[in-house]
Amino acid sequence: MGIYQEYKEKLPLSLFEEVKEKTKGMPASKAKKVLARVYKAYLNAKVEAGESVGLVAAESLGEPGTQMTLNTFHFAGVAEMNVTVGLPRIIEILDGRKEIKTPMMEIYLKNPYSKGKDIKRLALSIKETTLKDVITEVSANIAEKKIEVKFNKENMKEIGITSSHVISACGKAFKGISIKKTDDGMLIKIKGGEDKINEVYKIKERIKEVYIKGVKGIKQILPVKRGDEFIIITAGSNLNEVLGLKEVDETRTVSNDIYEIANVLGVEAARQAVINEVNKIIEAQGLNVDMRHIMLIADTMCFSGNIKGITRYGVVSEKASVLARASFETPIRHIINASLVGEVDKLSSIVENVMLNQPVPVGTGLPGLVVKVRK
Amino acid sequence: MPKKKIVIKKHVLMPKHVKLIEKEKKDLLERYKISLNELPKIIKNDSAIVSLNVKIGDVVKITRESPTAGEITYYRVVVNG
Repeated sequence: MGIYQEYKEKLPLSLFEEVKEKTKGMPASKAKKVLARVYKAYLNAKVEAGESVGLVAAESLGEPGTQMTLNTFHFAGVAEMNVTVGLPRIIEILDGRKEIKTPMMEIYLKNPYSKGKDIKRLALSIKETTLKDVITEVSANIAEKKIEVKFNKENMKEIGITSSHVISACGKAFKGISIKKTDDGMLIKIKGGEDKINEVYKIKERIKEVYIKGVKGIKQILPVKRGDEFIIITAGSNLNEVLGLKEVDETRTVSNDIYEIANVLGVEAARQAVINEVNKIIEAQGLNVDMRHIMLIADTMCFSGNIKGITRYGVVSEKASVLARASFETPIRHIINASLVGEVDKLSSIVENVMLNQPVPVGTGLPGLVVKVRK
Repeated sequence: MPKKKIVIKKHVLMPKHVKLIEKEKKDLLERYKISLNELPKIIKNDSAIVSLNVKIGDVVKITRESPTAGEITYYRVVVNG
Protein backbone atom coordinates (compact mmCIF):
# COMPACT_ATOMS: atom_id res chain seq x y z
CA MET A 1 0.00 0.00 0.00
CA GLY A 2 2.85 2.29 0.84
CA ILE A 3 4.07 2.72 -2.70
CA TYR A 4 0.72 4.03 -3.86
CA GLN A 5 0.39 6.64 -1.16
CA GLU A 6 3.20 8.71 -2.61
CA TYR A 7 1.51 9.03 -6.00
CA LYS A 8 -2.05 9.49 -4.80
CA GLU A 9 -1.57 13.24 -4.47
CA LYS A 10 0.53 13.55 -7.60
CA LEU A 11 -1.65 11.76 -10.17
CA PRO A 12 -5.22 12.55 -11.22
CA LEU A 13 -7.70 10.21 -9.60
CA SER A 14 -8.83 8.34 -12.71
CA LEU A 15 -5.23 7.71 -13.77
CA PHE A 16 -4.26 6.62 -10.29
CA GLU A 17 -7.14 4.17 -10.04
CA GLU A 18 -6.30 2.67 -13.39
CA VAL A 19 -2.66 2.10 -12.53
CA LYS A 20 -3.65 0.64 -9.20
CA GLU A 21 -6.01 -1.78 -10.91
CA LYS A 22 -3.49 -2.86 -13.54
CA THR A 23 -0.56 -3.34 -11.18
CA LYS A 24 -2.53 -5.58 -8.85
CA GLY A 25 -0.50 -8.62 -7.88
CA MET A 26 2.73 -7.16 -9.19
CA PRO A 27 5.82 -7.19 -7.02
CA ALA A 28 6.23 -3.90 -5.22
CA SER A 29 9.46 -2.93 -6.95
CA LYS A 30 7.94 -3.45 -10.38
CA ALA A 31 4.75 -1.58 -9.49
CA LYS A 32 6.86 1.28 -8.25
CA LYS A 33 8.62 1.44 -11.61
CA VAL A 34 5.29 1.50 -13.43
CA LEU A 35 4.09 4.31 -11.21
CA ALA A 36 7.23 6.32 -11.83
CA ARG A 37 6.85 5.85 -15.60
CA VAL A 38 3.18 6.80 -15.55
CA TYR A 39 3.97 9.87 -13.51
CA LYS A 40 6.64 10.89 -16.01
CA ALA A 41 4.26 10.39 -18.93
CA TYR A 42 1.63 12.40 -17.06
CA LEU A 43 4.00 15.29 -16.54
CA ASN A 44 4.87 15.24 -20.24
CA ALA A 45 1.20 15.28 -21.19
CA LYS A 46 0.45 18.32 -19.06
CA VAL A 47 -0.04 21.68 -20.74
CA GLU A 48 3.12 23.69 -20.42
CA ALA A 49 3.25 26.92 -18.52
CA GLY A 50 2.73 29.85 -20.84
CA GLU A 51 0.62 27.96 -23.34
CA SER A 52 -2.25 30.06 -24.73
CA VAL A 53 -4.98 27.66 -23.73
CA GLY A 54 -7.75 30.18 -24.25
CA LEU A 55 -6.73 30.77 -27.84
CA VAL A 56 -6.61 27.05 -28.53
CA ALA A 57 -10.04 26.62 -26.94
CA ALA A 58 -11.48 29.40 -29.08
CA GLU A 59 -10.08 27.87 -32.25
CA SER A 60 -11.21 24.40 -31.30
CA LEU A 61 -14.78 25.50 -30.74
CA GLY A 62 -14.85 28.02 -33.57
CA GLU A 63 -13.80 25.66 -36.30
CA PRO A 64 -16.62 23.09 -35.88
CA GLY A 65 -18.94 26.06 -35.39
CA THR A 66 -18.64 26.79 -39.09
CA GLN A 67 -20.19 23.43 -39.88
CA MET A 68 -23.19 23.66 -37.61
CA THR A 69 -26.76 24.13 -38.70
CA LEU A 70 -28.38 27.50 -38.44
CA ASN A 71 -31.89 26.19 -38.08
CA THR A 72 -34.19 25.31 -35.25
CA PHE A 73 -35.85 21.94 -35.39
CA HIS A 74 -39.23 20.61 -34.48
CA PHE A 75 -39.80 17.88 -32.04
CA ALA A 76 -41.53 14.82 -33.41
CA GLY A 77 -44.63 14.20 -31.38
CA VAL A 78 -48.17 15.28 -30.77
CA ALA A 79 -47.36 18.71 -29.45
CA GLU A 80 -45.22 20.78 -31.71
CA MET A 81 -42.13 21.99 -29.93
CA ASN A 82 -39.30 24.09 -31.21
CA VAL A 83 -35.78 23.42 -30.05
CA THR A 84 -32.88 25.74 -30.65
CA VAL A 85 -29.93 23.67 -31.81
CA GLY A 86 -26.66 24.19 -33.59
CA LEU A 87 -24.80 27.46 -33.74
CA PRO A 88 -27.63 29.71 -32.46
CA ARG A 89 -27.82 27.66 -29.29
CA ILE A 90 -24.02 27.65 -28.78
CA ILE A 91 -23.98 31.42 -29.19
CA GLU A 92 -26.87 31.71 -26.76
CA ILE A 93 -25.08 29.69 -24.09
CA LEU A 94 -21.65 31.26 -24.47
CA ASP A 95 -23.04 34.79 -24.60
CA GLY A 96 -24.74 34.09 -21.31
CA ARG A 97 -28.14 35.28 -22.52
CA LYS A 98 -30.67 35.74 -19.78
CA GLU A 99 -33.67 35.15 -22.01
CA ILE A 100 -33.13 32.03 -24.03
CA LYS A 101 -35.17 31.29 -27.13
CA THR A 102 -36.57 27.90 -26.22
CA PRO A 103 -36.45 27.14 -22.50
CA MET A 104 -37.01 23.46 -21.85
CA MET A 105 -37.03 21.06 -18.95
CA GLU A 106 -36.53 17.36 -18.61
CA ILE A 107 -38.55 16.24 -15.65
CA TYR A 108 -37.63 12.88 -14.18
CA LEU A 109 -40.18 11.21 -11.96
CA LYS A 110 -40.06 9.08 -8.87
CA ASN A 111 -41.19 5.50 -8.79
CA PRO A 112 -44.07 4.52 -9.45
CA TYR A 113 -44.75 7.58 -11.64
CA SER A 114 -41.62 6.85 -13.68
CA LYS A 115 -43.19 3.53 -14.68
CA GLY A 116 -46.09 5.34 -16.30
CA LYS A 117 -48.55 5.62 -13.43
CA ASP A 118 -50.87 8.58 -13.87
CA ILE A 119 -48.45 10.05 -16.37
CA LYS A 120 -51.08 11.99 -18.29
CA ARG A 121 -52.75 13.45 -15.24
CA LEU A 122 -49.37 14.37 -13.79
CA ALA A 123 -48.18 16.00 -16.98
CA LEU A 124 -51.38 18.02 -17.27
CA SER A 125 -51.12 19.15 -13.67
CA ILE A 126 -47.61 20.49 -14.31
CA LYS A 127 -48.67 22.43 -17.38
CA GLU A 128 -49.72 25.99 -16.79
CA THR A 129 -53.46 26.22 -17.34
CA THR A 130 -54.97 29.56 -18.22
CA LEU A 131 -58.63 30.31 -18.72
CA LYS A 132 -58.44 29.95 -22.51
CA ASP A 133 -57.59 26.27 -22.10
CA VAL A 134 -60.88 25.47 -20.39
CA ILE A 135 -63.41 27.58 -22.26
CA THR A 136 -65.11 27.35 -25.62
CA GLU A 137 -66.44 30.86 -26.06
CA VAL A 138 -66.21 34.39 -24.68
CA SER A 139 -68.80 36.93 -25.74
CA ALA A 140 -69.16 40.52 -24.55
CA ASN A 141 -72.32 42.50 -24.24
CA ILE A 142 -71.37 46.15 -24.30
CA ALA A 143 -74.77 47.62 -23.51
CA GLU A 144 -75.19 45.64 -20.31
CA LYS A 145 -71.42 45.57 -19.53
CA LYS A 146 -71.50 41.80 -19.28
CA ILE A 147 -69.12 39.11 -20.45
CA GLU A 148 -70.39 35.62 -20.94
CA VAL A 149 -67.92 32.75 -20.75
CA LYS A 150 -68.77 29.19 -21.75
CA PHE A 151 -66.77 26.41 -20.14
CA ASN A 152 -65.39 23.35 -21.85
CA LYS A 153 -66.47 20.72 -19.36
CA GLU A 154 -64.44 17.92 -20.93
CA ASN A 155 -61.17 19.79 -20.72
CA MET A 156 -61.94 20.82 -17.18
CA LYS A 157 -62.54 17.26 -16.17
CA GLU A 158 -59.31 16.12 -17.78
CA ILE A 159 -57.26 18.73 -15.98
CA GLY A 160 -59.16 18.11 -12.79
CA ILE A 161 -60.67 21.45 -11.88
CA THR A 162 -64.21 22.56 -11.10
CA SER A 163 -66.23 25.57 -12.21
CA SER A 164 -66.04 27.15 -8.77
CA HIS A 165 -62.25 26.91 -8.88
CA VAL A 166 -62.18 28.80 -12.18
CA ILE A 167 -64.62 31.40 -10.96
CA SER A 168 -62.67 32.16 -7.81
CA ALA A 169 -59.43 32.41 -9.84
CA CYS A 170 -61.04 34.93 -12.16
CA GLY A 171 -62.55 36.83 -9.25
CA LYS A 172 -59.13 37.27 -7.67
CA ALA A 173 -57.54 38.45 -10.92
CA PHE A 174 -59.71 41.54 -11.47
CA LYS A 175 -61.15 44.30 -9.34
CA GLY A 176 -64.58 45.81 -9.78
CA ILE A 177 -66.37 42.82 -11.24
CA SER A 178 -68.93 40.36 -9.99
CA ILE A 179 -69.17 36.80 -11.27
CA LYS A 180 -72.24 34.66 -11.37
CA LYS A 181 -72.30 30.98 -12.19
CA THR A 182 -74.55 29.90 -15.04
CA ASP A 183 -75.50 26.47 -16.38
CA ASP A 184 -72.65 26.08 -18.82
CA GLY A 185 -70.23 28.77 -17.75
CA MET A 186 -70.09 32.08 -15.95
CA LEU A 187 -71.41 35.59 -16.32
CA ILE A 188 -69.11 38.50 -15.49
CA LYS A 189 -70.66 41.86 -14.73
CA ILE A 190 -68.51 44.98 -14.64
CA LYS A 191 -69.47 47.38 -11.89
CA GLY A 192 -69.71 51.13 -12.43
CA GLY A 193 -71.26 53.56 -14.88
CA GLU A 194 -70.96 54.40 -18.57
CA ASP A 195 -67.26 55.21 -18.29
CA LYS A 196 -66.43 51.57 -17.72
CA ILE A 197 -67.34 50.45 -21.23
CA ASN A 198 -63.70 50.37 -22.28
CA GLU A 199 -63.05 48.03 -19.39
CA VAL A 200 -65.35 45.44 -20.95
CA TYR A 201 -63.08 45.07 -23.95
CA LYS A 202 -59.94 45.05 -21.85
CA ILE A 203 -61.20 42.41 -19.47
CA LYS A 204 -62.55 40.30 -22.29
CA GLU A 205 -59.05 39.96 -23.72
CA ARG A 206 -57.15 39.79 -20.48
CA ILE A 207 -59.37 37.20 -18.86
CA LYS A 208 -58.18 34.56 -21.31
CA GLU A 209 -54.73 34.73 -19.75
CA VAL A 210 -55.86 34.33 -16.15
CA TYR A 211 -53.73 31.74 -14.38
CA ILE A 212 -55.76 28.86 -13.04
CA LYS A 213 -53.61 25.87 -12.26
CA GLY A 214 -50.24 24.23 -12.77
CA VAL A 215 -46.67 25.48 -12.74
CA LYS A 216 -46.22 29.00 -14.08
CA GLY A 217 -44.05 29.18 -17.18
CA ILE A 218 -44.60 25.62 -18.40
CA LYS A 219 -46.19 26.17 -21.79
CA GLN A 220 -46.25 22.68 -23.26
CA ILE A 221 -45.79 19.16 -22.02
CA LEU A 222 -44.69 15.99 -23.72
CA PRO A 223 -44.47 12.74 -21.80
CA VAL A 224 -41.96 10.43 -23.48
CA LYS A 225 -40.38 7.10 -22.71
CA ARG A 226 -36.62 7.17 -22.41
CA GLY A 227 -34.98 3.83 -21.79
CA ASP A 228 -37.41 2.05 -19.49
CA GLU A 229 -38.80 5.05 -17.68
CA PHE A 230 -41.18 7.84 -18.47
CA ILE A 231 -40.02 11.42 -18.35
CA ILE A 232 -41.81 14.67 -19.11
CA ILE A 233 -40.28 17.13 -21.52
CA THR A 234 -41.65 20.62 -21.25
CA ALA A 235 -41.46 23.81 -23.23
CA GLY A 236 -40.97 26.64 -20.79
CA SER A 237 -39.05 26.31 -17.60
CA ASN A 238 -39.55 26.82 -13.89
CA LEU A 239 -36.95 24.77 -12.06
CA ASN A 240 -37.68 26.05 -8.57
CA GLU A 241 -41.36 25.16 -8.64
CA VAL A 242 -40.96 21.84 -10.41
CA LEU A 243 -38.25 20.60 -8.04
CA GLY A 244 -40.66 21.25 -5.19
CA LEU A 245 -43.29 18.87 -6.52
CA LYS A 246 -43.68 15.63 -4.63
CA GLU A 247 -43.76 13.33 -7.67
CA VAL A 248 -40.61 14.78 -9.23
CA ASP A 249 -37.17 13.25 -8.85
CA GLU A 250 -35.31 16.34 -7.67
CA THR A 251 -31.86 14.85 -8.22
CA ARG A 252 -32.03 14.49 -11.99
CA THR A 253 -34.55 17.03 -13.22
CA VAL A 254 -32.79 19.68 -15.25
CA SER A 255 -33.56 22.81 -17.21
CA ASN A 256 -31.66 24.17 -20.17
CA ASP A 257 -31.79 27.69 -18.78
CA ILE A 258 -28.33 28.32 -17.34
CA TYR A 259 -29.39 31.39 -15.36
CA GLU A 260 -32.21 29.54 -13.72
CA ILE A 261 -29.83 26.77 -12.69
CA ALA A 262 -27.44 29.36 -11.28
CA ASN A 263 -30.26 30.84 -9.21
CA VAL A 264 -31.68 27.59 -7.93
CA LEU A 265 -28.59 25.38 -7.63
CA GLY A 266 -25.68 27.81 -7.55
CA VAL A 267 -22.78 28.73 -9.76
CA GLU A 268 -21.03 25.36 -9.69
CA ALA A 269 -24.11 23.57 -10.99
CA ALA A 270 -24.40 26.24 -13.66
CA ARG A 271 -20.83 25.57 -14.75
CA GLN A 272 -21.65 21.90 -15.16
CA ALA A 273 -24.82 22.83 -17.02
CA VAL A 274 -22.84 24.97 -19.48
CA ILE A 275 -20.53 22.04 -20.16
CA ASN A 276 -23.39 19.60 -20.58
CA GLU A 277 -25.41 21.87 -22.85
CA VAL A 278 -22.50 22.75 -25.14
CA ASN A 279 -21.42 19.14 -25.30
CA LYS A 280 -24.94 18.02 -26.12
CA ILE A 281 -25.14 20.39 -29.09
CA ILE A 282 -21.73 19.42 -30.43
CA GLU A 283 -22.45 15.72 -30.16
CA ALA A 284 -25.88 16.07 -31.77
CA GLN A 285 -24.21 17.65 -34.79
CA GLY A 286 -21.81 14.75 -35.11
CA LEU A 287 -18.81 16.91 -34.29
CA ASN A 288 -16.05 16.30 -31.83
CA VAL A 289 -14.47 18.85 -29.51
CA ASP A 290 -12.28 17.93 -26.57
CA MET A 291 -14.02 18.32 -23.21
CA ARG A 292 -11.14 20.34 -21.80
CA HIS A 293 -11.79 23.27 -24.11
CA ILE A 294 -15.42 23.44 -23.07
CA MET A 295 -14.47 23.08 -19.43
CA LEU A 296 -12.06 25.99 -19.72
CA ILE A 297 -14.73 28.18 -21.28
CA ALA A 298 -17.25 27.21 -18.62
CA ASP A 299 -14.73 27.93 -15.86
CA THR A 300 -14.02 31.36 -17.33
CA MET A 301 -17.72 32.15 -17.56
CA CYS A 302 -18.28 31.22 -13.92
CA PHE A 303 -15.08 32.70 -12.49
CA SER A 304 -16.70 35.71 -10.85
CA GLY A 305 -19.45 33.76 -9.12
CA ASN A 306 -22.08 34.91 -11.60
CA ILE A 307 -22.57 33.76 -15.15
CA LYS A 308 -20.66 36.05 -17.46
CA GLY A 309 -21.01 35.62 -21.20
CA ILE A 310 -18.08 35.83 -23.60
CA THR A 311 -19.18 39.33 -24.65
CA ARG A 312 -18.06 42.88 -24.04
CA TYR A 313 -20.49 43.11 -21.15
CA GLY A 314 -19.35 39.80 -19.71
CA VAL A 315 -15.87 38.41 -19.28
CA VAL A 316 -14.22 41.02 -21.48
CA SER A 317 -15.34 43.81 -19.14
CA GLU A 318 -13.46 42.05 -16.34
CA LYS A 319 -10.10 42.37 -18.06
CA ALA A 320 -7.62 44.47 -16.15
CA SER A 321 -6.09 46.17 -19.17
CA VAL A 322 -7.78 49.12 -20.90
CA LEU A 323 -6.08 48.41 -24.20
CA ALA A 324 -7.15 44.77 -24.15
CA ARG A 325 -10.76 45.80 -23.58
CA ALA A 326 -10.57 48.46 -26.26
CA SER A 327 -9.23 45.95 -28.77
CA PHE A 328 -12.31 43.74 -28.47
CA GLU A 329 -15.30 45.95 -29.24
CA THR A 330 -16.25 49.65 -28.94
CA PRO A 331 -12.64 50.93 -28.55
CA ILE A 332 -13.40 54.62 -28.26
CA ARG A 333 -15.81 54.29 -25.40
CA HIS A 334 -13.34 52.21 -23.40
CA ILE A 335 -10.50 54.62 -23.95
CA ILE A 336 -12.62 57.65 -23.06
CA ASN A 337 -13.92 56.02 -19.88
CA ALA A 338 -10.42 54.95 -18.88
CA SER A 339 -9.01 58.43 -19.39
CA LEU A 340 -11.83 59.96 -17.35
CA VAL A 341 -10.93 57.95 -14.27
CA GLY A 342 -7.18 57.85 -14.90
CA GLU A 343 -6.84 54.11 -15.33
CA VAL A 344 -3.37 52.57 -15.42
CA ASP A 345 -2.41 49.77 -17.82
CA LYS A 346 0.21 47.45 -16.41
CA LEU A 347 0.83 45.83 -19.83
CA SER A 348 0.77 42.42 -18.22
CA SER A 349 -1.21 40.58 -20.87
CA ILE A 350 -1.04 39.81 -24.56
CA VAL A 351 -3.14 42.18 -26.66
CA GLU A 352 -1.74 45.36 -25.17
CA ASN A 353 1.81 44.17 -25.77
CA VAL A 354 1.03 43.32 -29.38
CA MET A 355 -0.30 46.86 -29.77
CA LEU A 356 2.90 48.35 -28.39
CA ASN A 357 5.15 46.03 -30.37
CA GLN A 358 6.64 44.31 -27.37
CA PRO A 359 7.26 40.61 -26.68
CA VAL A 360 4.04 39.01 -25.45
CA PRO A 361 4.06 37.10 -22.17
CA VAL A 362 3.07 33.70 -23.58
CA GLY A 363 5.17 30.64 -24.29
CA THR A 364 8.84 31.50 -24.40
CA GLY A 365 7.99 35.17 -23.88
CA LEU A 366 6.75 34.45 -20.36
CA PRO A 367 9.93 33.95 -18.33
CA GLY A 368 12.04 37.01 -17.71
CA LEU A 369 15.77 36.64 -17.86
CA VAL A 370 17.91 37.44 -14.88
CA VAL A 371 21.43 38.19 -15.94
CA LYS A 372 24.30 37.92 -13.57
CA VAL A 373 26.74 40.57 -14.62
CA ARG A 374 30.34 39.39 -14.48
CA LYS A 375 32.71 41.79 -12.89
CA MET B 1 -50.28 20.09 -5.70
CA PRO B 2 -48.36 19.06 -2.59
CA LYS B 3 -45.07 20.84 -2.07
CA LYS B 4 -41.91 19.58 -0.41
CA LYS B 5 -38.69 21.15 0.71
CA ILE B 6 -36.09 21.06 -2.04
CA VAL B 7 -32.88 19.25 -1.19
CA ILE B 8 -30.56 20.60 -3.85
CA LYS B 9 -27.45 18.97 -2.43
CA LYS B 10 -28.22 15.68 -4.12
CA HIS B 11 -28.76 17.12 -7.57
CA VAL B 12 -26.69 15.59 -10.37
CA LEU B 13 -25.29 18.96 -11.39
CA MET B 14 -24.18 19.77 -7.88
CA PRO B 15 -20.61 19.05 -6.79
CA LYS B 16 -19.69 18.76 -3.11
CA HIS B 17 -19.00 22.05 -1.31
CA VAL B 18 -16.97 22.12 1.90
CA LYS B 19 -15.85 25.13 3.92
CA LEU B 20 -12.12 25.26 4.63
CA ILE B 21 -10.89 25.92 8.17
CA GLU B 22 -8.41 28.76 8.72
CA LYS B 23 -5.34 26.53 8.67
CA GLU B 24 -6.31 24.78 5.43
CA LYS B 25 -6.99 28.15 3.89
CA LYS B 26 -3.53 29.41 4.85
CA ASP B 27 -1.90 26.24 3.52
CA LEU B 28 -3.74 26.60 0.23
CA LEU B 29 -2.66 30.18 -0.31
CA GLU B 30 0.91 29.28 0.59
CA ARG B 31 1.01 26.21 -1.61
CA TYR B 32 0.00 28.11 -4.74
CA LYS B 33 1.67 31.38 -3.65
CA ILE B 34 -1.43 33.44 -4.28
CA SER B 35 -3.49 36.02 -2.48
CA LEU B 36 -7.15 35.59 -1.64
CA ASN B 37 -8.49 37.80 -4.42
CA GLU B 38 -6.78 35.76 -7.11
CA LEU B 39 -9.05 32.80 -6.38
CA PRO B 40 -12.28 32.23 -8.32
CA LYS B 41 -15.26 33.67 -6.50
CA ILE B 42 -18.57 32.49 -5.19
CA ILE B 43 -21.39 34.78 -4.12
CA LYS B 44 -22.22 34.66 -0.41
CA ASN B 45 -25.85 33.73 -0.90
CA ASP B 46 -25.20 31.16 -3.60
CA SER B 47 -27.76 28.38 -3.10
CA ALA B 48 -25.04 25.76 -2.80
CA ILE B 49 -23.38 27.29 0.27
CA VAL B 50 -26.21 28.77 2.30
CA SER B 51 -26.17 25.74 4.60
CA LEU B 52 -22.40 26.00 5.16
CA ASN B 53 -22.75 29.17 7.19
CA VAL B 54 -19.92 31.01 5.48
CA LYS B 55 -18.77 34.62 5.79
CA ILE B 56 -16.94 36.93 3.40
CA GLY B 57 -13.35 35.83 2.86
CA ASP B 58 -13.91 32.15 3.60
CA VAL B 59 -12.69 29.63 1.06
CA VAL B 60 -14.99 26.88 -0.18
CA LYS B 61 -13.48 23.66 -1.45
CA ILE B 62 -15.42 22.10 -4.30
CA THR B 63 -14.92 18.48 -5.26
CA ARG B 64 -16.06 18.05 -8.82
CA GLU B 65 -16.43 14.94 -10.87
CA SER B 66 -14.35 15.35 -13.98
CA PRO B 67 -14.60 13.29 -17.17
CA THR B 68 -10.86 13.64 -17.73
CA ALA B 69 -9.31 13.43 -14.28
CA GLY B 70 -11.92 11.46 -12.36
CA GLU B 71 -12.13 13.92 -9.52
CA ILE B 72 -10.81 17.42 -9.19
CA THR B 73 -10.74 19.96 -6.40
CA TYR B 74 -11.49 23.60 -7.03
CA TYR B 75 -11.46 26.51 -4.64
CA ARG B 76 -13.65 29.56 -4.53
CA VAL B 77 -13.48 32.50 -2.17
CA VAL B 78 -16.73 33.84 -0.76
CA VAL B 79 -17.49 37.41 -1.84
CA ASN B 80 -20.34 39.87 -1.56
CA GLY B 81 -22.52 40.29 -4.55
